[in-house]
Amino acid sequence: MSTRAPIRESRISRTAAMALMFLLAIYFLLPIYVLIVAATKPQGDLASTFGLAFSHFDLFQNLGTLFGRSNGIYGQWAINSVIYSVFGAAVGTFISALCGYALAKFRFRGREVLFSVILGGVLVPSTALALPLFLLFSATGLVNTYLAVFLPSVVSPFGVYLARVFTAAAVPEELLESARLDGAGEFRTFFSVAFRLMVPSLVTIFLFQFVGIWNNFFLPMVMLQKESLFPITLGLYEWNGQTAKVSLLQGSVISGSLVSIIPVIILFLVLQRYWRTGIAAGALK
Amino acid sequence: MTEFATRAPRVVAAAEGRRRRNGGPRGGVILAFVAPFLLPFLLFYVVPVAYAVWQSFLVVRRSSGQYGVPYTTFGGFEQYVQVMQNTEFWASIGRVALFGIVQVPVMLFIALAMALLLDTPLLKIKSFFRITAFMPYAVPGVIAAIMWSFLYSPQFSPIVDALQAIGLQPDFLGPAGVLWSTANISTWLWTGYNMLILFSALQAIPQEIYEAAKLDGASNWVIAWQIKVPMITPSIVLTTVFSIIGTLQLYAEPAVLRQISSNISSTFTPNMVAYAVASGNNYQQAAAISVVIAVITFVLSFAFMRLTSRKAGL
Repeated sequence: MSTRAPIRESRISRTAAMALMFLLAIYFLLPIYVLIVAATKPQGDLASTFGLAFSHFDLFQNLGTLFGRSNGIYGQWAINSVIYSVFGAAVGTFISALCGYALAKFRFRGREVLFSVILGGVLVPSTALALPLFLLFSATGLVNTYLAVFLPSVVSPFGVYLARVFTAAAVPEELLESARLDGAGEFRTFFSVAFRLMVPSLVTIFLFQFVGIWNNFFLPMVMLQKESLFPITLGLYEWNGQTAKVSLLQGSVISGSLVSIIPVIILFLVLQRYWRTGIAAGALK
Repeated sequence: MTEFATRAPRVVAAAEGRRRRNGGPRGGVILAFVAPFLLPFLLFYVVPVAYAVWQSFLVVRRSSGQYGVPYTTFGGFEQYVQVMQNTEFWASIGRVALFGIVQVPVMLFIALAMALLLDTPLLKIKSFFRITAFMPYAVPGVIAAIMWSFLYSPQFSPIVDALQAIGLQPDFLGPAGVLWSTANISTWLWTGYNMLILFSALQAIPQEIYEAAKLDGASNWVIAWQIKVPMITPSIVLTTVFSIIGTLQLYAEPAVLRQISSNISSTFTPNMVAYAVASGNNYQQAAAISVVIAVITFVLSFAFMRLTSRKAGL
């Protein structure tokens, strides 16, 4: 097109825009950078040296201390976080996919009411759920078990919402119709035709739920007393509370925080396009 | 073609057998798809909410005097009367209201400005800016608060060191500053997430819409604020509602800061009040507080949506 308006942006506005964005990038990266620097320092240097500059490179000693503390409890917390997040998100994604598919592709009475009720679940404060759940779980003896954190984590109303939106967009009606005409039942149609088309969106749903469970704090705090069942967030919170008395813990809180965010940040960089799909779906509807 | 011919009889049979007049599969099949989600949803969402509501109408009384045998009975709105009179609870509501009135607009304004800039040709290395802003979303609130505590602590912080070097005496954990230090953690965590929601909405606007404005000689500035922003109003409303919900639910970040600052009480936010009351075994009062928080959340969310949709003339 030759009718484009002349480019009006002066060099000044380009520079100002870049400068502003760089400042914000520094703001977002600063805490992570300081955490990395602090994780490499020996305990004694934390207070005595400038926080933005490296001193002795003691990262590996610090990691040794971290994983060796209290018979390797940190490693246990890490495994627990992985168990809660991977299994919770896997089961959660599967049931969200089934339900979202039904809401998108079947016409039945009460469908919109059901969808509204599920969406209403997004608005319920998770902290308002945790306290009554604690009482219900104490009555059934589930408190202080893996299931106490795992079971409620499986439910993600947002996942159902995404599954419905994605299915409506990604699974053409004609394909389902022809599978049915071939005599496939609804389940075969779902697993052999729809599921494959839904896989990219299921990755997105999985990621959101994975991070939601990984970052969860209130539910495990209410449900768990046994340290060996803690996820990383709760374990580090407990350690952080003890640093005033046990100042040597400070180093492990720092290296433990760094170790805990690295896998998620990697997951995040590698699977970037799936995040954007999920967020776009959330934004458009 | 021949295939179609051989298929035809089966088609009719299948369509008759499996599908009803309205074109959907049988109820049992639908249930089988929906139940795996619906059952845990009922057990872990609907039942706890119902249980909390029911509990909030109960009271614990004693058979005789202070040392009598305790028993639970129906108390009507007694718990709610107590919530109304709970000054610590209303102080915490006031605190998060102040927090929200300042933090939510600041955060969303930064998010909107970033999204608008990313949607112009002014910037290079756009994906770098997008990724760095979204990165904090991967950090749990507890860990973010631990990281920022390190930056707030007079003992360890390079920021405090740097500010002191130029003659300032910052007190991030003092009685006046600690609320804003908490607000900063929320801003750090959620700006990028909101920015991506707004950016995705901007990307979905067809480019042709801008062509006429450009031909009229409108600047990027005018296009951004007079065309783009009004077009993504629904997404701005969505991010605002999510932020209001998040503010009312604040727990992890102040709980971590409380570990290093005596200026955060055990009743700093509404959820901390609910947890403190529940820890004292007064579950009925905690349930009433949780219900009040949930109702305030619903009312604010819907009021905001109604207000903005009326303003936008929708």
